[in-house]
Amino acid sequence: MNVLVFADSENGKVSKAAFEASTYGAKIAADNGGSATLLTYGNLNEEALNELASYGITNILHSSSISEMDPMQLARLTAAAADSKQCDVIIFSHDYTGKSVAPIVAAKLQAGLVTGAIDYPSTGDDFVVKTNVFSGKAFANVKINTAKKVLTLLPNSVSKQKQEASANVEAFSADAGAASVQVKEFKAEGGDGINLTEAELVVSAGRGLKGPENWGMIEDLAKELGAATACSRPVSDIGWRPHHEHVGQTGIAIRPNLYIAAGISGAIQHLAGVNGSKVIVVINTDPEAPFFKAADYGVVGDAFEVVPRLIEAVKSFKAAQA
Amino acid sequence: MNILVCISKAPDTTTKISFTDGDTKFNEDGVQFIVNPYDEWYALVRALELKEAQSGKVTIVSVGGADYEPIMRKALAIGADDAVRIDAQPTDAYQVAAEISNYAKDKGFDLIIAGKETIDYNGSQVAGMIAAIMDLPYVSNAISLEVDGATATLERDKQGGTEVLSASTPLVISAAKGMAEQRIPNMRGIMAARTKPLQVVPASGADTLTETVSYELPPAKGDVKLIDPENMEELVNLLHNEAKVI
Ligand SMILES: Cc1cc2nc3c(=O)[nH]c(=O)nc-3n(C[C@H](O)[C@H](O)[C@H](O)COP(=O)(O)OP(=O)(O)OC[C@H]3O[C@@H](n4cnc5c(N)ncnc54)[C@H](O)[C@@H]3O)c2cc1C
Ligand SMILES: Nc1ncnc2c1ncn2[C@@H]1O[C@H](COP(=O)(O)O)[C@@H](O)[C@H]1O
Repeated sequence: MNVLVFADSENGKVSKAAFEASTYGAKIAADNGGSATLLTYGNLNEEALNELASYGITNILHSSSISEMDPMQLARLTAAAADSKQCDVIIFSHDYTGKSVAPIVAAKLQAGLVTGAIDYPSTGDDFVVKTNVFSGKAFANVKINTAKKVLTLLPNSVSKQKQEASANVEAFSADAGAASVQVKEFKAEGGDGINLTEAELVVSAGRGLKGPENWGMIEDLAKELGAATACSRPVSDIGWRPHHEHVGQTGIAIRPNLYIAAGISGAIQHLAGVNGSKVIVVINTDPEAPFFKAADYGVVGDAFEVVPRLIEAVKSFKAAQA
Repeated sequence: MNILVCISKAPDTTTKISFTDGDTKFNEDGVQFIVNPYDEWYALVRALELKEAQSGKVTIVSVGGADYEPIMRKALAIGADDAVRIDAQPTDAYQVAAEISNYAKDKGFDLIIAGKETIDYNGSQVAGMIAAIMDLPYVSNAISLEVDGATATLERDKQGGTEVLSASTPLVISAAKGMAEQRIPNMRGIMAARTKPLQVVPASGADTLTETVSYELPPAKGDVKLIDPENMEELVNLLHNEAKVI
């Protein structure tokens, strides 16, 4: 069973999610007597391509003719690449690009699609994939009944594994058709560049912080830890924080290794976006806050005192490690 | 401008999730169903705003059994002009997309708008599949939408920011937060919805390509370990040595 991995790139950089998808695709191929090919596009330098080449992939197909995220063109390119290397399984990352392109590829190939996979598929008699449903409140095991299969892999579900061997890079071109959308402008969201969906550590805060002027300590803690920042919905609704930080049912879903929540009550719609986190720390003045039921470690206390203490403790920990 | 809005039914966000029949079926007992929030708050309301500004018609479509009708009436009460229910049990995104495409193909809709995902299966699949089957341009996760003649200008969420782009109609869009503000139906809307047309059409019998074989609930969390708020060194120590996350 040959596997094709689609790797998104942004301004010449490849995301961590692409390395995870490569690791995932390479293992599925190896376990099923096939090889894994990776397809990427846009302006990627040799260094980025070499880095991509070290996660168990055999061939890299690089298309430099498409640079925008045009889902129709990327879907045609992917279908052509799968055809040229006889790939039956196509893997995307479950990020904006993957969510956009994978359904088109699946419908074009009449291939069964499972989005948001959180583990390796079982590939005995049946091909069954475990995925997050009900906003992280449950998992479904979904069987794909078609010969061709398309999956999107949720970030932070498998850990990337570098391998000794490296892949052969080829230029790839295919008839991707005319552009269907014209990109006019990209508005970067600013910030320190740690992508929330990919972050391993996340520091988040809610209405308990009383006002946007109090986020300095949250940013400081995030900086000390090398974490991304997030927030609850009311906080982004009132404009204390940018909307891309909003996690939960209606925001984005994340599954970091560590989620620290200060001044967030833990409403079910908030938990829906974060309950896939491996470890949850809750800081809240109210011992009855529902979030404590979902937490691994709890601190009943005032965030305005606890967070600065935590920053100091992280600093001394790091100093001791160094 | 004629707009088709895809409406799905979802369990209320506070629903306690459980399963029956040996963990193969979602337990609907006592579950309150709502219009999927992305479909209602963003896709439908933006469609209505565009219609109000430029004239035209907003049709809603659902693939579902008679149990879909209450949520379809809600969408009519919010302001949709008419409703079409394609009579089939929705079991797979491809089947839903194929049924909607089959219905829409000769109706000349300028826009087909779906939600970015349903809050039960979180698939993010149907809209892109409709675009593929109908061979139309697709803009996913759109957070704003303007239409001028045959040109739509949109913003979409992307890794690291938002992108401004244009595409020509007919066009398929998946709607995300930001595209519009929720509208609460008023009494007049609710009364009017009772007599608005809700047409039931037979399904074309589209294939399903996947099936859910079982469900699992996440392992129960152990009890929370409480830490003295004065002693954050201990928390750091536990995160390093016990949880091994830093
Ligand atoms: C359909 C729907 C979808 C929704 N989607 C989302 C979503 O995606 N994401 C989301 O987050 N919410 C969502 N919500 C809203 C959700 O129900 C909650 O209202 C929201 O999460 C509450 O935010 P909060 O915890 O920041 O605020 P609050 O509920 O006001 O909680 C503030 C908390 O801070 C604590 N606190 C106060 N002072 C301090 C202090 N000094 N130190 C420490 N703690 C303190 C309080 O004890 C309290 O627990 C949704 C709601 C609905 C109906
Ligand atoms: N049974 C259905 N009938 C009509 N539209 C649907 C149905 N299921 C999903 N959709 C639409 O497709 C969007 C994405 O659904 P999904 O791909 O299941 O996450 C939803 O927000 C709806 O707009």
